Amino acid sequence: MQKSPSMVDVIEELAHTRVHDCYQCGKCSAGCPMADHMDVIPSQIMRLVQMERLDKAMKAESIWLCVSCQTCSTRCPKSVNVAGVIDALRQLSVEQNVASPAQQRTVVFQKAFLSNIRRNGRLKELELVGLFKVGAFVKDPSIAFLFKDSLLAPKMIARGKFHPIGESVNDRDVVRRIFDRCMSSSGKNDKG
Amino acid sequence: MEIGYYPGCALHGSSNDYERSVRACLNALGVNLRELDDWICCGATAAHSLNQKLAVALPARSLGIAERDGYDDLLAPCPMCSMELLKAKMLISGDAALRKEMSEVVELPVEGRTSVLNLIQVFQRIGYDKVKEAAKVSLSGYKPACYYGCLLTRPPEVLRFDDCEQPSSMETLLASLGAAPVEWNYKTECCGAGMTMCNEDTVLNLSHKILSNAARHGANCVVVACPMCHVNLDMKQADVERRYGVQHGMMIYYLSDLVGLALGLDEEALGINRHYVSKR
Repeated sequence: MQKSPSMVDVIEELAHTRVHDCYQCGKCSAGCPMADHMDVIPSQIMRLVQMERLDKAMKAESIWLCVSCQTCSTRCPKSVNVAGVIDALRQLSVEQNVASPAQQRTVVFQKAFLSNIRRNGRLKELELVGLFKVGAFVKDPSIAFLFKDSLLAPKMIARGKFHPIGESVNDRDVVRRIFDRCMSSSGKNDKG
Repeated sequence: MEIGYYPGCALHGSSNDYERSVRACLNALGVNLRELDDWICCGATAAHSLNQKLAVALPARSLGIAERDGYDDLLAPCPMCSMELLKAKMLISGDAALRKEMSEVVELPVEGRTSVLNLIQVFQRIGYDKVKEAAKVSLSGYKPACYYGCLLTRPPEVLRFDDCEQPSSMETLLASLGAAPVEWNYKTECCGAGMTMCNEDTVLNLSHKILSNAARHGANCVVVACPMCHVNLDMKQADVERRYGVQHGMMIYYLSDLVGLALGLDEEALGINRHYVSKR
C-alpha cells in the first residue's frame, strides 16, 4: 500500500478543485448515468482520493467508463469538480502506466485520437479508426471487433458522410510544437 | 449579419450533414458564416482525459487566431467544441499567469476575448421574433422531444446558457414556429457522446433510454444541436433496435433542420435525406 500525499496536490491542481470539500453526500453517484456499470462509483473515487489511495483510484475501471457528461460536477453541493478529478486520474493512470487492463479499448481510443490530432491538427476519421482498431487488436485480439464497424462504411459513403482522406491544417508544425510543450511539462511516460 | 465560424472536426467529417443544415438555415436568415482560418481541433475528450494542459492549449490556439483576425463572435455548432473553447476562455481570461503561459505555448497572444456561441444562441442573436417573421411553413404536426444532452448546458459555470437541469430555449423557438414540443425526462441525460466506437454498449444503453422516454411522452421526433448526439441517436438507432428488440423509428433532426423546414427549405438542401432513420 503506497501513500503519496503530494499526488493529491497534483490532482487538485489538474482539476482546479479541492477534494477535501467533498462530504460524501453521494449526489454525484446518484445522478451518474454510468454508476450502474461502475466498479468504483464517483463518490467512492472522491473518498479514495481524500484518503490518498490514488493507487486504487487510478486503477479503477470506472474512470474510463465515465462519459464526461459533467452531471456530477454540476450537481455537487460543494462545487467539487468530480469530473475534473476523474480526468486528472485518467491522465496520471496513463502517465504511470497503471490504467485498468479491462478498459484498454477506451485508453487506446483516446491515445489514437490525440496522436491523430498531433499529426494533422484536425481529426482524420479513417486514420483514427485504423489506428484505434489495430491498437485495440494488439491489446485484445478479437477479429470480430476488428471488423465490427466495417459495415457502416458503405452506408456512410452512400450518404456522403465519409471523407476518405480527411483534412489537415496548413500549419502542422505549430500543432506539433504545442503538443511538445504540453507533454514535456507533464508526465515522463506520456508520449501521446 | 456575419458571424465567425468554428466548424470543428465532426462537421467537416462524418457529420457534414449538420454543417450543410446550419449553413443553409442561417443563410436563409441572412447570416453569413466566416470560417476561422486554419483552426485546429479542440482536443475533445481525448485531450481532457490525457493531458490537462493540452486541453487548454488546443482551444487556446483557435481563440488566439480568432483574436488575431478580429472575430468578436464564433459559432461552434458542436457543443464539445464550444464547451472546450469556453472553458479555455474562462481559465485564460481569469488568470494572468496562465494567459502569459498559453500565449507562449500557442505562439499567439490570447486573452479570451472572443464570445463563443452555440447554434441556439445564434438564433437568439438573430431574434426568435425575426426567425418567426421569416418562417413560411408551420411546423404543426411536429411533436419534438428537444434533447440538449450534456455539454450545451454543462458545466453551467462555463456555459452560462439556459437552465442546466430544465433548459427550454429550443422548445421556445420551435413552439413559436408551430411545433408542439413535448415535456419529457431525458433532456439533459447523456447519450454516451464520443464513446460510439470504443464503448458501444454504453452508447446503445443510454441512447435506448433517451429514445424510449421521448416516445413514451408522445414525441414523434427528437431534436438535437450536437453532432455526437445525432450519431448516437440516428446512426446507431438500428443497432439500438437490434440490441433491445424494439422499433423506435424515431426521426432525429438537427435544430437547424426544423428551423430550415419552417423557412421553406427542402430536405435535400438541409441534408435531412442523408440521415440514417427516415420517415416511414
